[in-house]
Amino acid sequence: MSEQAVLEIKNLHVSVDDNEILKGVTLTIREGEVHAMMGPNGSGKSTLAYTIAGHPKYEVTEGEILFNGENVLEMEADERSKVGLFLAFQYPVAIPGVTMANFLRMAINAHREARGEPPITPVEFRKMLLEKMEMLGIDRSFAGRYLNEGFSGGEKKRAEILQMAVLEPKIAILDETDSGLDIDALRVVSEGVNKLKDQLGMGVLVITHYQRILNYIKPDFVHVLVDGRIIAEGGPELAQQLEEKGYDWVREELAKEA
Amino acid sequence: MALDERQQIELINKEYAEKYGFHDPEKYVFKARKGLSREVVEEISWMKGEPDWMREFRLRALEIFWKKPMPTWGADLSGIDFDDIYYYIKPAEKQARSWDDVPEEIKRTFDRLGIPEAEQKFLAGVGAQYESEVVYHNIKKELERQGVIFLDTDTALKEYPDLFKEYFGTVVPPSDNKFAALNSAVWSGGSFIYVPPGVRVEMPLQAYFRINAQNMGQFERTLIIADEGSYVHYVEGCTAPIYTTDSLHSAVVEIIVKKGARVRYTTIQNWSTNVYNLVTKRAVAYEDATMEWVDGNIGSKVTMKYPAIYMMGKGAHGEVLSIAFAGRGQHQDAGAKAVHAAPYTTSNITSKSISKDGGRAGYRGLVQIYPGAHHSKSNVVCDALILDPESRSDTYPYIDIREDDVSVGHEATVSKVGEEQLFYLMSRGLSEADALNMIVSGFIEPIVKELPMEYAVEMNRLIQLEMEGSVG
Ligand SMILES: Nc1ncnc2c1ncn2[C@@H]1O[C@H](COP(=O)(O)OP(=O)(O)OP(=O)(O)O)[C@@H](O)[C@H]1O
Ligand SMILES: [Mg+2]
Repeated sequence: MSEQAVLEIKNLHVSVDDNEILKGVTLTIREGEVHAMMGPNGSGKSTLAYTIAGHPKYEVTEGEILFNGENVLEMEADERSKVGLFLAFQYPVAIPGVTMANFLRMAINAHREARGEPPITPVEFRKMLLEKMEMLGIDRSFAGRYLNEGFSGGEKKRAEILQMAVLEPKIAILDETDSGLDIDALRVVSEGVNKLKDQLGMGVLVITHYQRILNYIKPDFVHVLVDGRIIAEGGPELAQQLEEKGYDWVREELAKEA
Repeated sequence: MALDERQQIELINKEYAEKYGFHDPEKYVFKARKGLSREVVEEISWMKGEPDWMREFRLRALEIFWKKPMPTWGADLSGIDFDDIYYYIKPAEKQARSWDDVPEEIKRTFDRLGIPEAEQKFLAGVGAQYESEVVYHNIKKELERQGVIFLDTDTALKEYPDLFKEYFGTVVPPSDNKFAALNSAVWSGGSFIYVPPGVRVEMPLQAYFRINAQNMGQFERTLIIADEGSYVHYVEGCTAPIYTTDSLHSAVVEIIVKKGARVRYTTIQNWSTNVYNLVTKRAVAYEDATMEWVDGNIGSKVTMKYPAIYMMGKGAHGEVLSIAFAGRGQHQDAGAKAVHAAPYTTSNITSKSISKDGGRAGYRGLVQIYPGAHHSKSNVVCDALILDPESRSDTYPYIDIREDDVSVGHEATVSKVGEEQLFYLMSRGLSEADALNMIVSGFIEPIVKELPMEYAVEMNRLIQLEMEGSVG
């Protein structure tokens, strides 16, 4: 990797159906960094994630998103994926009739084509897929199952991380990947994320409500999003304090300062 | 079945026009004059040297055709001008058993369509019909030795008159509907299959139907008799050149599935979008017999086709798997009919329709359970996928139950290609076109996976071809 990948979000305002949800978010994520984002329900965390990934429903009314200096807002969702951005969905959708293996092979080949590489050979693909499935404790049978169809909540989350492991992004956003995972699965999945982080120098934005995942994936920075604004930032201790004292505590602290 | 090999998709980027839409110069041995009359019908019968009973059958059917009104339901048929159609065109002097003996231009057509190649690779027998007559017919010697008969229907009438007369017109009588009557009056070509008791034909038998002339009407007639405990899979494909005037294809297919036998009939219909495709397909299944219709309707301007299964013996089973794709200017009124006339009979109907660019696709089905058909079960699942707001899907499921102790299920879903699904796939790096293709091929996968590999590939190719240009 020649240069350090960096995702810069500057003064981002986002509306859905003319309702402003994000009201000026600024955030920079560099390769190898782990950021945690916490915030009450409805504060706009998923909105931020979808906007970065390029969901057409989310309209950016102000601000910018740059990836290695390039304007991400001008890219379609598939181009964003191909430059190295990845979103693990909070609620992944099912695609009936499309097997996981088939889908992943198409996706990998789309990425390869963008890099001017030839398609992956079936043998290579199978070997790689099975390795990653094993790493994440996913049964082989999932390769032949239809994408997310009939998957349990936890299975969907694991499948998201499998996709991440296969596509090897530079910056990954995990939107509540921990919710729905059982205790063992949370550990296995977190270890998988850490491995990718160490191997690839991937940067991660972990969106979560709970401290537990942060015990495994240790954040360098913690951001608190309330009502579309980042109202507090700090190190790992901030997450700890939030878990103990709740969001009202942050609000009160802010009020005191004001 | 894996369907999205990138290379395959790239190969598909040829348009129908290039692949099927070409036409050859018309060099015919005989072409009846346009329009329909007793004289034309008698001429067809005379040209074929038919026995009297067949000539009379035709003339009776013609009277029925004239008397019956046009259907007032289904698709719009007002564009058909019965006086502006050629009802009989004889393309070659005689039928060939070797491709070398097929007239050069016609052979080239079938070469372009890949038929001789497919025959060598994976078929047990092939028939190729060009306009009104079957120009090539062959079956593996091995099957012939086992007593399997696979002929064009005209030759079968000559060579097996008794067997022919015993079954012909018994499943679909001319009075069944206006287009069955028309076919009965002017039929020509089609396949005749007889499989002796206990014989299993492991590789498919295939017929390919090609309309070449402008304003042509093709009226083939197919009759399949599967004797006790036998098995056969018959496949038909169809294409035509693109003309600005309309052509008519109106076939009748009759199938008799005897005790314990199984017949699978697969259609991959890819007529050009100037063809009215009005076909009557019906099977009777006796005790413990199984009849399966796999029906792919991709082409044509208008299709009205509802493959039927009459379950006449205890334990008979019927299966209809249907895919319809309606693009710009197309109306696919497809469906199925399952009639339970004996106890312990079961049927499954699965219909998938896709409409885009203002196309209209639908399911029209009837499940009937007669008194006494106790412990019968039927299940109908029809799913529609609509790709844009201009397109339309209709579902008309009719159920008529005259027996208490039965179970009938019906499930229908209509889905629009979801923004969420598209976004999900695109967020992994697939282009919008690839993402849409993937959703569509996933949608039809449950049916495509029932097809032998070669046809699954073909079906996917055709769907991909239809999908071309639907994005952007
Ligand atoms: N597609 C949408 N259509 C309508 N409203 C939306 C849409 N997406 C988000 N919103 C609204 O925007 C606000 C923020 O939603 P968002 O999903 O970003 O919250 P969140 O912080 O991820 O919450 P949670 O912790 O519950 O996942 C909510 O009030 C939500 O109802
Ligand atoms: Mg959320």
